[in-house]
Amino acid sequence: MRVALFVTCVNDLLYPDTGRAVVTLLERLGVEVDFPSAQSCCGQPQFNTGYRHQTEPLVRRYADAFAPYDYVVTPSGSCAAMVRDNYPKIARKAAAEGRDDGLSQAAAAAAPKTYELTEFLVDVLKVTDVGAYFPHTVTYHPSCHGLRMLGLGDRPRRLLEAVRGLELRELEGAEECCGFGGTFAVKNPDVSVAMGEDKVRHALDSGASVLCGADNSCLMHLGGILRRDDAPMRAVHLAEILASTQEQPFTPAVSGAVR
Amino acid sequence: MSGTYLGLPAFPEAARTSTKDAQLRANLTHATHTIRAKRAGAVGELADWQGLRAAGAAIKDHTLRHLDTYLEQLEAAVTAAGGTVHWAVDAADANRIVTELVRATGETEVVKVKSMATQEIGLNDHLRVEGISAYETDLAELIVQLGDDRPSHILVPAIHKNRSQIRDIFRTAMGEWGRPAPDGLSDTPADLAEAARLHLREKFLRAKVGISGANFMVAETGTMVVVESEGNGRMCLTLPETLISVVGIEKVVPTFRDLEVFLQTLPRSSTAERMNPYTSMWTGTTDGDGPRTFHLVLLDNGRTDTLADTEGRPALRCIRCSACLNVCPVYERAGGHAYGSAYPGPIGAILTPQLRGTADALDASLPYASSLCGACYDVCPVAIDIPSILVHLRERVAQGGEVVTAGRRTTIKPAKGHAAERAAMRAALVTLDHPVAWRATQYLAARTRRLHPRRLPTPAGRAWTDRRDLPQVPAGSFRDWWREHEKERAGRTGAPARDTGEKGGAQ
Repeated sequence: MRVALFVTCVNDLLYPDTGRAVVTLLERLGVEVDFPSAQSCCGQPQFNTGYRHQTEPLVRRYADAFAPYDYVVTPSGSCAAMVRDNYPKIARKAAAEGRDDGLSQAAAAAAPKTYELTEFLVDVLKVTDVGAYFPHTVTYHPSCHGLRMLGLGDRPRRLLEAVRGLELRELEGAEECCGFGGTFAVKNPDVSVAMGEDKVRHALDSGASVLCGADNSCLMHLGGILRRDDAPMRAVHLAEILASTQEQPFTPAVSGAVR
Repeated sequence: MSGTYLGLPAFPEAARTSTKDAQLRANLTHATHTIRAKRAGAVGELADWQGLRAAGAAIKDHTLRHLDTYLEQLEAAVTAAGGTVHWAVDAADANRIVTELVRATGETEVVKVKSMATQEIGLNDHLRVEGISAYETDLAELIVQLGDDRPSHILVPAIHKNRSQIRDIFRTAMGEWGRPAPDGLSDTPADLAEAARLHLREKFLRAKVGISGANFMVAETGTMVVVESEGNGRMCLTLPETLISVVGIEKVVPTFRDLEVFLQTLPRSSTAERMNPYTSMWTGTTDGDGPRTFHLVLLDNGRTDTLADTEGRPALRCIRCSACLNVCPVYERAGGHAYGSAYPGPIGAILTPQLRGTADALDASLPYASSLCGACYDVCPVAIDIPSILVHLRERVAQGGEVVTAGRRTTIKPAKGHAAERAAMRAALVTLDHPVAWRATQYLAARTRRLHPRRLPTPAGRAWTDRRDLPQVPAGSFRDWWREHEKERAGRTGAPARDTGEKGGAQ
C-alpha cells in the first residue's frame, strides 16, 4: 500500500503541525507515508471564485504528483471534496469546450484514490481507536464540505469518542456553516464574521476548552475570532488530537505558539 | 426584471447594514430556525423522499427540454377551455398586457393572490402609475404593502417583521387602504389575523378583477393550480368576474399525473405541512361558476435565455418552496432585502443573475453571496445543485464568456472590479504551479514572520483583520519539517531518504 500525504497549501505554509500530526499518527498505525514534494494546491480557491481555467494546471499537477501512489490522504475535507467532486467536473467542462489537455485522465486517476483523513482511518485502515490520549474538553465543528460533499457522517465523532481522557461536548447548531467559505470570508466579511461569531458563541457555550475541526481553513477563521476576543478556547485540528498519546503528547513544535 | 430594484447596493454593502440590525437578526433567526426544524420533521416522515426529489427533478428537466411543445399544448388546451392566452416577452410587455386587460373591464381596483411572477415584474407599481389600485390579500404581502416595504422571503414576505411591528403597521396604515384596524388591536396572532380578515373581506366582496400567478400549469388539460394556506387565494380566484393569471413559462408540467409528485414535495418543503389547506384548480372558464373571463399571461422575462445555458438551466426547476432560504446561514444573517430582487436567498442568487444578467453591480455580486456550504442543495425538493450553479455564475462574472441575452448569443466581458483579483489569481497560479516559486514564497513568509502586522491595511486584508486575527506564520513550513523527518528516518533505519527532491518548473 503506497500512501502519500497531500498536506494542502494552507497547512504547508501556515499549519505544519497538522501535517506533522498526520505523519506521526499514520506511522504509529504502521502506515508508511510519503510526501511527494511536487504537490502544491488543489485549486479550490481559484475554482470556487470563478477561475476554472486557472485551476486546470493544478489538476494535472496533483495527478502527476500522486501518480505513483495507491492512496492520497489529506487532512482537509474541503480539499478532498475539491478533488473528488470538482476535478471530474473541470475535465467535463474542458471537454465541452473542445479541449481535454489530459484533464479527464488526470481527474479519473486522482479522484478515486483521494481520501480525507477520517475516511482513510475508518474506511481503509478500519480503525476508530487510534490509541490517542487527550485529556481535555472538546467540541467538534463538522465543516460543510466534509459533512455534505464527502458525507463523512459520524466518522470524526467516532474517532474522537475513542480518544482516552477526552470529554466530548455537544455543539449547538453544529451542522451550520462557520462562515469561512474561502474568498467569501473577504468578499462578504460582514456575513462571514456574523456566522463565525455565532459559531464561536455556541462553541464557548459548550464549555469545552478546545474547538476541534477537520479543516484548518475553517479553524483559521474561527481561531482568528477566538484570538481577537482572547477567548478561553483554542482551535485544534483533529489530526493533532489523534496524534497525541499518553507517552508522547502532541505538542506544537514546528510552528511554536501558533495557536 | 422591474425598475423596483434598480440602483440598489451590491450584496456585501447591503449586508454590512443588515447584519448589524439586531431586531432583524432576531426576527430572522427565530423564524428560519422554527420552519427549518418543522420542515425536517415533515420531510422525514416520507420514506421515499429522495425518490420524490429525483422524480420532481426529472419531470422538470424533461419539461424544460421540450418547453416549446408543452407551452403550445397548454395554449391550445386553455383556449379550448374558454381562456385567452397572451405571451409576454419581458416585464414591460407583461405589465402592458395586464393593464390593458384591466382597463377593458372598466375597473380601477384589483385583488391579488400572492404571486412571485407579479413581484418579479413590479406589477403593482406599474398599475398604480396607470391609476389602478392592486390590493394584496395574502397576509404577509398585505403587511408588506401596508408598510410600504419590499418582500424579503418567497413564502413569508414579511418574515423580517415581528408581531408587534405588524400591529404597528396595521394601526397606522390599514385606514389609508380601507377598513381601519380595530381599536386597541393587540399583537396576538389571532387578533392580527382577524384584523386582516375584516380589512380584506370588503375588498374580496367588491372586486371585479382578480390577479394571480400559478404554482403549476398542466399542458394536457390547460389546468392552473394555486397552492396556498390562507384561503385568500380561493376568494380571489372564485369571486371576481375576470381573472388574470401571470405565470412564468417554466411552471408548465406535461400531465395532471405529474402533480402527484409536486403536491407532496411543495407543502412539506415550504410550510412543513403534509398537505396545504387550499389547492385551487381551474381550467379555462365554467358557466355559472367562478370568473366568466380568464386570461393567462405567459411570462418569459429572461427564462428562455436561462434555458439556453445547460449549466444554469436547473434553476428553472424551482417550485418556489423557499426551503433553501430557511436553511441558508447567509440569508439568515443578511436578510432578504440584501439580494435586491423578488427572489432572495440561494435560489435568488442563481436565478436573478440569469434572469437579469450580470451587468449591474448588485447582480454581479449575487453569485458570491454564499459560503458554498451546500445546505440549500440538501433541502431542495427538485435537487437543484445551487452551489455548482453559483460557481458557474462566478465564472461568468470573473471571466466573462458566452451567454444568451434577449435570444441572441453574445460574448460578455468580465464584470467590473475583478481586474485586481484576476491578476492575483494569475500570480498565485505561477507560484503554485512552480515548486521553486512555492518554496521561495514559504521561505519568505517564514523569514518575515515577525514583521507581519496584526491588522492589514489593504481592503481585502482589512476585510479579514477587522474582526479576526491572522494566523501567525510558523518558523518553518511543513516541507521543511518533512526534510528533517526524512533524514532522521533514514539515519534510524539505514534506508535511503525517499524521493522528494525538489522538481523544478511547471509540469
